Amino acid sequence: MTVTMTGTHTAPEGGEHALPPELGRVSLIWRVLRRDRTAMIGVVLVGGLVAAAVLAPVLAPHDPNAVDVVRKYHPPSREFPLGTDNLGRDILSRLLVGARLSIGTAVVAGLSIGLIGLVMGMIAGWFGGVADTVIGRVVDILLAFPLFLLALGMTGLIGPGLRNMTIALVGVAWAGYARIVRSAVLAERGKPYVEAARAAGATELRILRKHVLPNVVPPVIVLTTIDMGVVLLAISGLSFLGLGVKPPTAEWGSMLAEGRNYLDQGPQMTIFPGAAIFLMVLGFNLLGDGLRDALDPRASRALTHG
Amino acid sequence: MKRYVGRRILLLIPTLFGMSILTFGVSNLTPGDPAFTFASRLANRPATPDEVAQAREDLGLEGGLVTRYVRWAGNAVQGDLGISFSTRLPVRPELVQAAKFTLQLAIPAALLALLIAVPTGVVSAVRRNRPADQVLRVLSLAGASMPSFWLALLLVVLLAVNYSLLPAAGRAGTESYVLPIVTLALAPAAVLARFTRSAVLETLTTEYVVAARAKGAGEAVVVVRHALRNALVPLVTAVGNSLGHLVGGAAVVETVFVWPGIGRLMVEAILQRDYPVIAGIVLYSGAVFAVISLVVDLLYAVIDPRIRVGSDA
Repeated sequence: MTVTMTGTHTAPEGGEHALPPELGRVSLIWRVLRRDRTAMIGVVLVGGLVAAAVLAPVLAPHDPNAVDVVRKYHPPSREFPLGTDNLGRDILSRLLVGARLSIGTAVVAGLSIGLIGLVMGMIAGWFGGVADTVIGRVVDILLAFPLFLLALGMTGLIGPGLRNMTIALVGVAWAGYARIVRSAVLAERGKPYVEAARAAGATELRILRKHVLPNVVPPVIVLTTIDMGVVLLAISGLSFLGLGVKPPTAEWGSMLAEGRNYLDQGPQMTIFPGAAIFLMVLGFNLLGDGLRDALDPRASRALTHG
Repeated sequence: MKRYVGRRILLLIPTLFGMSILTFGVSNLTPGDPAFTFASRLANRPATPDEVAQAREDLGLEGGLVTRYVRWAGNAVQGDLGISFSTRLPVRPELVQAAKFTLQLAIPAALLALLIAVPTGVVSAVRRNRPADQVLRVLSLAGASMPSFWLALLLVVLLAVNYSLLPAAGRAGTESYVLPIVTLALAPAAVLARFTRSAVLETLTTEYVVAARAKGAGEAVVVVRHALRNALVPLVTAVGNSLGHLVGGAAVVETVFVWPGIGRLMVEAILQRDYPVIAGIVLYSGAVFAVISLVVDLLYAVIDPRIRVGSDA
């Protein structure tokens, strides 16, 4: 058995690739992803909506908070592509500006959940002992609750608001990741290549970074992508209930909460923010599903050799 | 088997203990003094120190953290969750009543979700990568991406406001159950359909399915008797999980349909800063969920003899 100490063992085999291993891996994933039609829809949805959020100040045709009751409940038109709301504000502009808060929170929360879960799971799985017992107990307890209800209750106990809501969600949701990462690390730890690396004099940190991490990160990336959608649903749901972002601040969930009171006069106030949430979550789901297939080593191998 | 069940039930105790510590801990992290909040609300003005002291006694909030925890947890075990800050009535009866209303939605919704998910998942798996599978997969992904509150509002606009086919809110008569149940069932149906698909796909490649085919069993028998039956094992767990999510998801749906269930009680309690109600719901729903998970695990052992044999050995 030969053990290469330089590259990660997950890097694509075959020396004819002149790319450095990390870059080669990313481009390989992209090549698999590009052949997957539904995943590309996900890429377009996520990319498009994130770009729209980033460019919101440039793209927004009107001031999102400019009130003009004369033009209230304006149906979609040239000037107001998605119509106006009960205060005559331009719905498209509010959606664009609201995207920054909605998507931004979902991405930040999703990344925090993934990162905390990854670190906790690696500590528990690699070091074992007391750390494993303590983290394992906390994870068991958190996972014993229905997740959304626990997040809702925590938000209530520490006080409503976007910041507290995000803290509550992250504080509850990392547990599932930690459990998955822990068992993945445990599985890797026992493999011969780890022992070989250790025998060759690699430090613990190096083994973790170079050998264990590349095997643990892909499933976390997939889950994080999908969970950004779940988080977006949860955050907009909580805002819809009046526990997160409060009107008049534009956020997709709070816009829906406002629209709910004007279903008769201005259905556009309800239809479009909901459609925005739906498309964004769908995008995260499609992208996550595609990444799952692309990150599956079997799929990449089929592409390199086939 | 007996030993396995006994051990699993014993393991429930540390979980419940941890849950109570977590709930109590977070309740006590809250800024402000609940006795002051309660007394001020009672008096409709900032409370005097005497009133605060009285409220502290009435609410059982004297003593240090440990004393309070022991008292609170001891009472909770006996079914006493304290007094609601807003109604000044005991929390538990209110909670039990609300739970009944939520279950009236959650149980039919779970059944409806299964009724949609299992056939969908099986068809998807059997017709893998064919048009039928692709359409069903897109539909289930769309279902999983749909914000339930949005779907609820759209259904209200369409069926209640425009055509007056169904009531928009409240609970009066059978018709009022239709929209909340359908809305609530959508997300778990989508999740369970995806789950069934992958579970059946997995069993379809096993040796016993190949063997069943080899002995000449018809395709329907192979799929239903062999593949689906074995796929049921992981599915049971998924259903147990989705029951918990149904209760969580009920918060949004119950608010839209003005349904007096647990979710709505929770939202009201949060808006009113009614901490005993919030803590009570979190603790009791957590405990019920833990018991459901346990029952599911035990069912698992009943369905799949390998598990019970393995653990007793």
